[in-house]
Amino acid sequence: MVAMEPSVSLKQQAASASPDGRVAYPVVIVGAGPVGLTAGIDLGLHGIDTLLLDQDEALSEGSRAICFSKRTLEVLDRLGCAERAVAKGVVWNTGKVFLRDRLLYQFNLQPEAGHRRPAFINLQQYYLEQYLQNRLREHPQVELRWRSKVVGVEPRSDGVLVEVDGPDGRYQIAAQYLVACDGSRSSIREMLGLEARGQVFRDRFLIADVKMQADFPAERWFWFDPPFHPRQSALLHRQADDVWRIDFQLGWDADPELERQPERVIPRIEAMLGPERPFQLEWVSVYTFRCRRMERFRHGRVLFAGDAAHQVSPFGARGANSGIQDADNLVWKLARVLRKSAPESLLDSYDAERGPAADENILHSTRSTDFITPKSRVSRAFRDAALQLARSHPFARALVNSGRLSVPHTYRQSPLSTRDHDGFAGGPVPGAPAADAPLDIEPDTMWLIDRLGSRFVALYFAGAAPPSASVCSRLQGLANLAEPVHAIVLCEGGQAAQWHARGVDAFEDAEGLAARRYDAHPETLYLLRPDQHVAARWRRLEVRAVRDAVARAIGVLGPEYSAWQS
Amino acid sequence: MAELKTELNLAFPDDFYEALVALHRGLTDEQSEMANARLILLLANHIGDMSVLREAMRVAREDVDGDDGENTKAQD
Repeated sequence: MVAMEPSVSLKQQAASASPDGRVAYPVVIVGAGPVGLTAGIDLGLHGIDTLLLDQDEALSEGSRAICFSKRTLEVLDRLGCAERAVAKGVVWNTGKVFLRDRLLYQFNLQPEAGHRRPAFINLQQYYLEQYLQNRLREHPQVELRWRSKVVGVEPRSDGVLVEVDGPDGRYQIAAQYLVACDGSRSSIREMLGLEARGQVFRDRFLIADVKMQADFPAERWFWFDPPFHPRQSALLHRQADDVWRIDFQLGWDADPELERQPERVIPRIEAMLGPERPFQLEWVSVYTFRCRRMERFRHGRVLFAGDAAHQVSPFGARGANSGIQDADNLVWKLARVLRKSAPESLLDSYDAERGPAADENILHSTRSTDFITPKSRVSRAFRDAALQLARSHPFARALVNSGRLSVPHTYRQSPLSTRDHDGFAGGPVPGAPAADAPLDIEPDTMWLIDRLGSRFVALYFAGAAPPSASVCSRLQGLANLAEPVHAIVLCEGGQAAQWHARGVDAFEDAEGLAARRYDAHPETLYLLRPDQHVAARWRRLEVRAVRDAVARAIGVLGPEYSAWQS
Repeated sequence: MAELKTELNLAFPDDFYEALVALHRGLTDEQSEMANARLILLLANHIGDMSVLREAMRVAREDVDGDDGENTKAQD
């Protein structure tokens, strides 16, 4: 059943072998940024031989993406590499918005306790890349090649021929699938004659990373019209190593070359921080931004992820986070298609699910940008009116948009989801990511999200009832489906040991938080996909319904279904 | 779903009109623009019903540029 090598004919097309003598890989990833590395690690976890190519050497320059969301951290937890990022990063949940020199309002992105991960950490992209690379190296099946530029791509019906210009010359390799994670100026996209369409915003921003000792709290501070930078906006955010990210809105007429000169940058920062605070300038960049996307993220055997597929403005931390979630969505599907345990059409659901996610990000990002950079006199008047009113009228604070921060997309229209038939008043709907909750096993608290892993999971809420032989055998039987489903029981009243004694993975929902977050009654069952999104949910356990929902979630429908069952 | 009222709903229409004009007395054009923007935001929040607001925006635009108001559905 394992058929992971590209076809003989495709391999023969590969004229000259790569430096290791190998001519073919199941997956070639182009671009070793956060998205490509995430995809590479995940493919390694799924046991898929993968070659990761990057035209540069090692880490990215400058802090670049700095805000990593709770859901991203959960994905990294699944891949086994969030811990270092969280330890190194700056945890934050609070944002403050100022108008001139006064606080307008503040928000808390994670007001409730009982989640393993915070709303956000701030961490320079190069640190995240370093941790991802370290994790990648633990997978011998994944090879990372630096200074290897893809100079030719030839899509075939059964794979892709990839021409690589590496340190030792040019060579050609055959890939069954190519995953393009090569950023907003994707050369793969260009070589295939594909476009990303959207709009450019007529504004320029200065990003400066400065190193300084400061006791400002770890919060996101955003100013409209601050005294130190009148009529524009500014942002201050703390990163690891006492490095602070400062953004200054410059306006469209600013000269990008001039504005990145230290003699221009330093006075702006001094105006913000005051003359008595010493700092060092670490990195400066002047940028404009755009919101755009490719019409489709799948083109036969080539799949686009991250900035290559879609691009947003930085307000909202929706770039790297959505790219990592692209990889999270894609890899479990790709692994099953390569192993022939799911039809190739499953890959279309990558586009069907991540396309709307990109649209949601672009919508939020565009709205934020329109608020921060009003495009007309009247839109500036409304913006300023909302800011003025926000001081004393609470409703207007909701109109103030300094960036709506990244939350995971719910795949509402997903073809992989089974629609609710039973009544649920809350809990994650089909297509939504799993909710976390603490699970109390003495002496250590564990987290529900960590128990899920990269597999289909049937999450069964048992309440305080002791295990019955019938429920145990049905739950255990799910492991024997063509696509195995691992059963996890959440129980109350100290029953976990009883379930364990019957060979069922069980945890105590000690605070009842999991049951609340899933709107669970005794016998409620959630089916979770390998990317930890909900595939289906019911008020009672019925094996046939689970089997049908799993089939739907891996794209097995209609006539293929009877073959799949056997 | 409430509908936009276009029959008279004001008990004292002349009083309202006078107050609206008086609101702007002594303001520069720029200040008036700001007062209008604030007024619209306050009233919109008070109305609260998105379908009423969309309908009001459509009607507001209708005779201004001869367009049927579809453009007000854009995000801008």
